[in-house]
Parts: sequence; C-alpha cells; structure tokens
Amino acid sequence: MESEVKERNAQPTKSRRGATAEEMSARQKEVSVSEFFVKNRHLLGFDNARKALLTTVKEAVDNSLDACEEGGILPEIAVIIEDLEPKRLATAKSSRYRVTIVDNGPGIVRKQVENIFGRLLYGSKFHRLKMSRGQQGIGISAAGMNGLITTGRPMVIHTKPGAKQAAHHIELAMNTKTNRAEVTLDKETADFPPMRLRAISAGTKQLAGEGAFLSPDVFRTGTSVAIELEGKYQKGRGSVDEFLELTAIANPHARIIFVPPSRVVADEVDDMLPGTSASAAEAAKTTAPSQTTETGGVTVYPRGVQELPPETKEIQPHPKGIELGILLQMLKDYEASEKGTLYEFLQTRFCRVSSSTASKFCSAIGVTSRTRAADIEAPQVEKLFKVFEDERLAPPPTDCLAPIGVRQLLAGLLKGVRAEFYAASTREAAVYKGRPFQIEAAIAFGGDLPGDQQARVIRFANRVPLLFQQSACSSFKAVEETPWKNYSMSQPRGGLPVGPLVVMIHMASVWVPFTSESKEAIADYDEIRKEMRLALMECGRKLGTYLRKRQKMRREGERRDVFERYIGEIAKALHAITGEDARRMYDALLEQARAKTRVADQQLDEDGRVVREEEDFDDEGVIVVTSAIAPIETAAPIIAPDFETALAGKSATPKPTSKSTSKSTSKSTSTSAGTTAPATKSLESQRSGPVIVTKKDLAARRDADTTSGPGKKPFADDDPRLF
Amino acid sequence: MAKKTTTPAPRANSISAAMEGRIKARDAATQQKILALATEIARRSLSGHEPMVRIPARTKSNTIWNKKRGILEMGDAAAERPLFDLKTAKQFMQTMLHASTIKDLIEAQKTSSLRGVFYKAKHTVAGTKENTFDTQDESDPILEDLEVALGALREELHVFAENRGSMVGNITIVDRGDEIDCRRMGSGGYALPSIVEPDIIQFKKCEAKFVLHVEKGTVWNRFNEDRFWEKHNCILTHGAGQPPRGCRRLLQRLSQELNLPIICVLDNDPWGHYIYSVIKQGSISLAFESSRLAIPKAKFLGIRAKDFRECGLDDAVKIDLTDNDIKRAGEIAAYPWFESHKGWQREIDGLLKNGFKMEVESLITKDISYVSETYVPERLKAKDWLE
Repeated sequence: MESEVKERNAQPTKSRRGATAEEMSARQKEVSVSEFFVKNRHLLGFDNARKALLTTVKEAVDNSLDACEEGGILPEIAVIIEDLEPKRLATAKSSRYRVTIVDNGPGIVRKQVENIFGRLLYGSKFHRLKMSRGQQGIGISAAGMNGLITTGRPMVIHTKPGAKQAAHHIELAMNTKTNRAEVTLDKETADFPPMRLRAISAGTKQLAGEGAFLSPDVFRTGTSVAIELEGKYQKGRGSVDEFLELTAIANPHARIIFVPPSRVVADEVDDMLPGTSASAAEAAKTTAPSQTTETGGVTVYPRGVQELPPETKEIQPHPKGIELGILLQMLKDYEASEKGTLYEFLQTRFCRVSSSTASKFCSAIGVTSRTRAADIEAPQVEKLFKVFEDERLAPPPTDCLAPIGVRQLLAGLLKGVRAEFYAASTREAAVYKGRPFQIEAAIAFGGDLPGDQQARVIRFANRVPLLFQQSACSSFKAVEETPWKNYSMSQPRGGLPVGPLVVMIHMASVWVPFTSESKEAIADYDEIRKEMRLALMECGRKLGTYLRKRQKMRREGERRDVFERYIGEIAKALHAITGEDARRMYDALLEQARAKTRVADQQLDEDGRVVREEEDFDDEGVIVVTSAIAPIETAAPIIAPDFETALAGKSATPKPTSKSTSKSTSKSTSTSAGTTAPATKSLESQRSGPVIVTKKDLAARRDADTTSGPGKKPFADDDPRLF
Repeated sequence: MAKKTTTPAPRANSISAAMEGRIKARDAATQQKILALATEIARRSLSGHEPMVRIPARTKSNTIWNKKRGILEMGDAAAERPLFDLKTAKQFMQTMLHASTIKDLIEAQKTSSLRGVFYKAKHTVAGTKENTFDTQDESDPILEDLEVALGALREELHVFAENRGSMVGNITIVDRGDEIDCRRMGSGGYALPSIVEPDIIQFKKCEAKFVLHVEKGTVWNRFNEDRFWEKHNCILTHGAGQPPRGCRRLLQRLSQELNLPIICVLDNDPWGHYIYSVIKQGSISLAFESSRLAIPKAKFLGIRAKDFRECGLDDAVKIDLTDNDIKRAGEIAAYPWFESHKGWQREIDGLLKNGFKMEVESLITKDISYVSETYVPERLKAKDWLE
C-alpha cells in the first residue's frame, strides 16, 4: 500500500496507472450480499465438494426442524441424496448430486417462497431473540446459490401450506446481482410429497410400501427442497451420515430418514469411531423400536420421544446486552413506528425493565416519564446507556430456552455410543452479553470406545451438531480446561483427556455466538466457557466417583480371590495343629472373607453411590450403567477355573456364574489376569444392544445373583481345597 | 582354664538322661506354644473375629541399644499379621503352614534344615497353580517370624541351618556325645554347626588364652597352616564372612563361659566394621537373640586404616571405596555404640580419608606369612586394638 502511494507521488502527472476520482467513482458500486458470498462461499461452509454437500443437507434439515417445531408438529424429515452421475470415472473428485429434503412442517405461503429461498439474509430469525437453529437467514438460500453456481440448475421447491390446499411447485434461481429470486416455473400440483422420491431405491420402495416413508398421512403439510450441486459423498468424520446421526441424538423427537446415494466416492475412509452407531447400527440388527434401523440402504433414525421440546419464547433484548449504536437504532425505529414516550419505549422494547425501573432510568438522564422518545438527544442516549451498565437488573428470563434435558441427552448418547457409563448434567441458565444461554454436558465412558485415543468431543448449538473447527470452539477449550485427572482420567498437559470417553456439549441460547457465518464453532466468551467447564465437571465428578468405586470393586474382587485361595490351606494347617474341625473353620473364614470384600458385590448408580434395594427408580437422575456389571463380576472371581472343572465333574453344586480370571502362577497375589474366554463370551451375549440399567434392574439382577450365585454353597463335600 | 566336666556317655550320638529329660520338657513347652497360637487363631476364626498373628517387629525402629549391657535388644513393638489384608494374607498362610510343619517335626523328634522345612511346606495351593512357597527366601523369614512370635529359639523349633565356619585350637569339646579334639583337625578344622547350645556341645578341656576370629576361610587357612593357634595358645575361628548364628553363639559361649577374649581380624572396609558390630552388639534382625549372641567385649585388631602407612603396603592393595561404601561408613559411624567412641570415629574417618579399603589378604604383599607371624603377634603384644 505504502509503495503504491510513493509511486503516485513520484509520478504526479497522469499515467496509465492513475485514475481520477471521477473515473474511480464510475467503478464504485454497491456489492450485493449475494455477490459477496458467491466469492466467499467458504464463509458459509461451501469450502469443498464434500463439505458443500454436508452444508446443503445441514441448512435444509435445520430449517425443517425449526419450521416443524414452530408449527407444533413432530418433525418427520426425509433426506434423499441422488447421484446424478453414477457412471462417472472412479477417479472423479466430485460428482453431481441432487439433495432433496422433505419435511412435514407447516409449509410456506406462496408469496414468501422467493424471499426465503432466493435471497440471502432474509428470514424470520435474525431480528428476534429466540432459541432456534437458524439465526441469520443465509443458510438455505446460500445452499441454493451454491447449487446454481456449480450446476446451473435452479432450486425445486414443493410446499403445501395447508392440508386442504394444493401444493405449489416452484423452481427458482437466484440473481446474485440483485439478491432476488427469479422464478422459472410456478404451478400448482397435487404431488406432495413428491411421488418420484418413493421409487428411488429398493429400500425406499419397501419402506413406502409399509407406509414408513413419505406417507401422505404424515406429510399433510410440508415443504420439499431439491438442490442440485457439485459435491462428494464420503462417509466418516464430517459426513452427512455423522451429521444426521448427531442430529438424531440431539433431536430425539424427530424421525429422520436418510436415503444415501447409490454410489459412494471410491476413496472412502471410514474413520467413524467403533463406538458410534454407523457401525453400531449394523451390529445391533436385533433392534428395539427406538433403535436406528437400516432397510435396503435407507437409514431410519426413529423418534425417541413423542413430545416436542417446550416451545421457546421470544424475548426482548436485555438492557445490559445491547450496544450504544443498537440503542440509538432502536430509538430511531421506535420513533418511526410508535412515536411514544421514552418511558414506554424502555418498558416495551426491553426485558426486565419494569415501570419503576423505567422511571428511574428517565429521571437518571433528567427527563420525565412523558418525554417523547423523539426528543431524546444523542448525549442523553449515551447517558442512558451508561445508566444501563450501572443499574442492577434481574438477568434475562430463561423460559426462552429449551435445553435437551438430562434424560434425552442420555437416551441420545445411549442410542449413538456404546459405552459402559453415561452421565449428563444441565446447568442453570446463565447470561452472556445480556443474552440468556444454558449449557448441557454429557459423557459416555468405557465400553467399545477406544481407550488409547483422545476423547471425542461432540458439540451442539441449539440442537445442531457442529462438525468442523473443533479446536476453535469454546466447548473444546472447556473440555481441555476441565481437570480430568481429578476424575481418574489421564490428560496430557493442557490437552484433551485420553481414554474411552465421548464428551457431548450443548449450548442452548437465543443467540449462539458463532465464530463465522458457517456456524462451526462457538465464540469463546468467558461466561460460556465457564458454564461449559462447570457442566463438564459435574459429569466428571460422577465419572470419577464411578471409576473409583469400580476400581475399589475390582480390588476387592482381587482381594477376595486371594483370601479365598488361602483359606483352605489355613484351615488345614489349623486342623493339623489343634484338631479343630477344618470345614467349620473354612466356612467361618469364608464368611469373613466375603464380609470383608462385600464391596465387590455392590452395584453402583450413576453417581457412583452404592445402590440399595429399597431405593426407588429415580426418574430425573437417569442411571445409565450398561453391562458394567459383567466386567465387575468377572473381576470378583469366586473359584479358580481348573478347580471349577474338577468340581463340575464331581458334584452337583450349582455352577458359579462368574469365572475366576486369576491364574497367578507366581507369587503375584494382587494382580488378576485378564478375562477368560467364557467370561468374554457372556459379556458379548449381553451386548446385543445397549441396555439402560436402572436401579431397579440392578436390584433385580442382584436378587438373581444371590439365588443362583456361587455364594450359596461355597463348600462342596468333596472340595479339593480342603481334602 | 580347663574344667572338670562330666564324662559323656561312651555311646556315640547319645546324650545323657538328664539332658534327654530337659529336651523333652523343652519340646513339650514349644508344642504348647504352637498349640496356643493355633487355638487362638481357630477361636477367632470361629467367633467371627479376624485371625491374626502378633509378630514382634524385627525392624530397626524396634531395636533398642542397651548401653549398660552393650548389646542390641528387641523392643516391645509388634506387627499384627492379619489374614484379611492383601499384603499379609499369603504370609499368614505361610506362617500357619510352618507352624504345622514344626509341630510335626517336634512330634517326630526329628530336626530339619531350613531348606527341608521349606520343602515340607511347599506345595501347590489347592485349586490353583500357585505355590505356597516359591523360594527358600520366602520361607526363612517366616521361620524367624515364628521364632519371635512363639518366643522359641530355632533349635527349639527343631530347625537348623547349614554348617558354616570352622574352628581349630587348644580346646576339646563334646558334640552330641562325641569328643572332639580341636587340636587335631587337620587343614579343614571343626565345622561349626548351627546349633551349639550346651545340650548339644559342651566344652571339655581348654588351654587356649584367647580366640582369634578371622573373617573368612582363606585367612583362617593361612593361620592354621602356620600353626598360629599352637604358637600363641589360642582358638582360631572364622565365620565365612558375616558369621552365622552358630558361630556367633559359640564365640559368645567361649567368651562368657570360659572368659576368653575374642579378637577379630577383619577387612578394613565398612563390611568388616559391620561384621565386628554384629559380633559385638548383635544385629537388628536377630536382636531378640542378642543376649545369647552378642559379645560386648570383642576386640577389633585389624586391618586398621593406619596399616597402609604403618606396614608400608604397596599401592596395588588399594581398593577404591564405592559410593555405597561411603554411605555405609557414614551409617556405621552413626551407630549409637560407635557414635560416642572416639577410637571408632577416628578409625572410620581414617578409612574415608584414605579413600580406599584393604582386605586382610593385602598383607600378603609383604610376605606370605606376614599376617600370622608379624602383624597379629605385634599388635597382640602391643594390645593395639579397638574395643
């Protein structure tokens, strides 16, 4: 820049390079937002072919879910990706796809279609403070614009705003110069949901035949958007599959059907975690109704709960959450529309400003309650802004937030991640910059999760999964800041914890501060990060207690194993010296050993507390301990295996359910070897699908154990331990 | 110094009737102790109390320096050995096994070696692949535990260790009824048994005026070959390094019963100093037997730190002190019985100042028999020793 200036100074006379102000002004013109974003598509998440496909799906699904919830309809969403170049070369970097998203939302009235789909920065969500997925009004129109640019094809929209009304079939292309839509086709049609979609694959035909796919009964109203684009369908991290899977976790009230393209890009790398459901869904073919299913390639994420999340209220801005310029603008708007007094303005345009607070504000800047808003001078506004800052005000209301809820979080995680321990916590609502927000966290530990890798962090903002820019996200930093070492996890300095752990964080807010328009990471506000950390610490504490208890149970199991091994020898020796009855002494000692290691029999609840039978099933603090019982049982071996076989041949003693794993050939008394084959098998058989274990279940299981367990008859008549 | 002793029964390998009666009474008492221990444990087991053995602690912290008697004694501290503790469960089981083994030994009127006891109790724990004992190193301490727990000595438990150490000199003894003339032991000497109690070994006739105890067999051979004990009218012993209980007990009896001075010739290094300390004051692990083993009057003749200079030794005999040696020397200097002893402080200081150690054999650089013909006689004459 500087050099340019110098050059000009050196050549004061007009040159080819120079330009007069007039000439320059001729070239200066307004840049339309559309043009800006055409050049900067990466800001909106269209960086590359693969991400473009994902972003298209994501924007459409977000809109659909928002629309359904606002319309009070349980969302039913079909995501269909068609490969339009199935015969392309295997080396092709990308392909042309048609993405169609059909929802059963309230539909869109005809005259708004162009605005919603054909203009950037047009929407209902930007000007309000309400918890919703979309915020800016960029998403779907940008997706359509991206499609138009890469394929030249317009967006195809079917929308049916009323059950008795006909559907509209509209095709539109955005004019990026004007940021306006140009409709190329507009007709009424009875074809909603579009019949064509039901016959795309064998799977869709089968499901449609069962009435489970795009049934007109379900889609009485709704919208279907089809966008053609240059994209790349590839599974793994940051894929459409992962997005839908996580969306299903955070939106258990939605039923989502995914029809993937017939052909996947050749160089597919499946790096999904073994614990997540893309692979788990296949493993769990024997499924409960709420389990993800696959039919002829079509994935169905079923509805987990039948209630919509509570409707969120729109709120007015909080005086502490606005900036001076915005305050000025608000006053100007108010003058234009209402022409009221400042006193009224303060009460109606802000939350948490009562009549008394309003008059206090008025007198603080030296005006009366009858002073018109139009008469307020700029310095007074500035003063008012200062007063806002200094005044103690109640925080904004929090009924505008709809957290996912502990129970739903756990159910969602349980559906998606095969772990052994799950914990969740929802923080109280808090405030950043005058905007209320609420943080929820959940963790899953153990089970099938890989133990030697960094924990996986799953992030959500207003129920939308965030798939990219993890390390830029406030939540990621919060995970790093959480003292996982205190919870018996290993954590390299200042990093993510390492171990079989999935961490899930959800931020619900009327305005989620994203770091960019593509909404990939939450900005790092101290208040937000602190709440996230506290939520994680709550979960962490539960995990820590659980792990410590589990470790203790293991230790006790080993102890019992050691004790019981020696008791026979001791009884024999004492008998040899004193002549006392060896069996009586053995039984007495065995009883003592069991009493001493009773902890090994205990079952734990989600807080790591010992479950007592009289405790009733607690509805709120959902217990999710799956199959943790099996490893603990094996860790508390009762009888050594070789002995057991000897026993089986000789007596009718009930065979112990749990098998000893210790094969200490040397003097190592404290370490038991790993699980034996039979124990692992029994574990596998229990593993057909995730199990929620409630306190009741645990109690029942314990009852069963005491009746059939080995504890009942520890001493067979021909027990070789003794004679 | 010779004493009239009752003529032993002519029959070899037999003992007097009175002795037999004493042994019987002693065995009965031991049996009673074992029974009491086991009965208590059985009672506790049956009544739902945790079984445990109380074992007086054989630790440094439970060792008391009795300044008046000049020996180390065992304190009152004891460690409980509960069954239901991961650290002690196996030891508890092993203690019970050994108690049972010893009961059998006494009942059968047999004695067994430490290794024999180890083998007798070693077997696979029923229903597992684990051995009750894996090595003798596990077994020996358990027996020592039993000794202190029962308050019975090893011989009372009918257990003995291997013979170690030798003796020659102007003395005649009776060992299990066999008369042994230590003047006629050839080049090998009388092998010192592990149990040398009065009921096994009696002193019959002794002309010797003192006992020269050397550290190891090689040095002892030099003195024996040179007939040192004959020329100087003494008894010559060695303990093969750190002397075992049998050797120490015999020296102690010679000192106490026959009033013979015990004069030690040991290496000039912390290990030699430590051997002297054990002979004189007793050791930590056997503090409970100090009154039978320690010889507070024992004297340390050499090798002294000053000897390199005084004897004009060659540089070649120097062995550098290791870091461990220096550490050890510091610890020994801090022993309460050395701490206030100026001679010993000087001696250890001298060793550290030298920066090297010397073995007794280093004197051979002067002459093969320098040690037996010049060094020791000169020092004895000058009464140049440390006490």
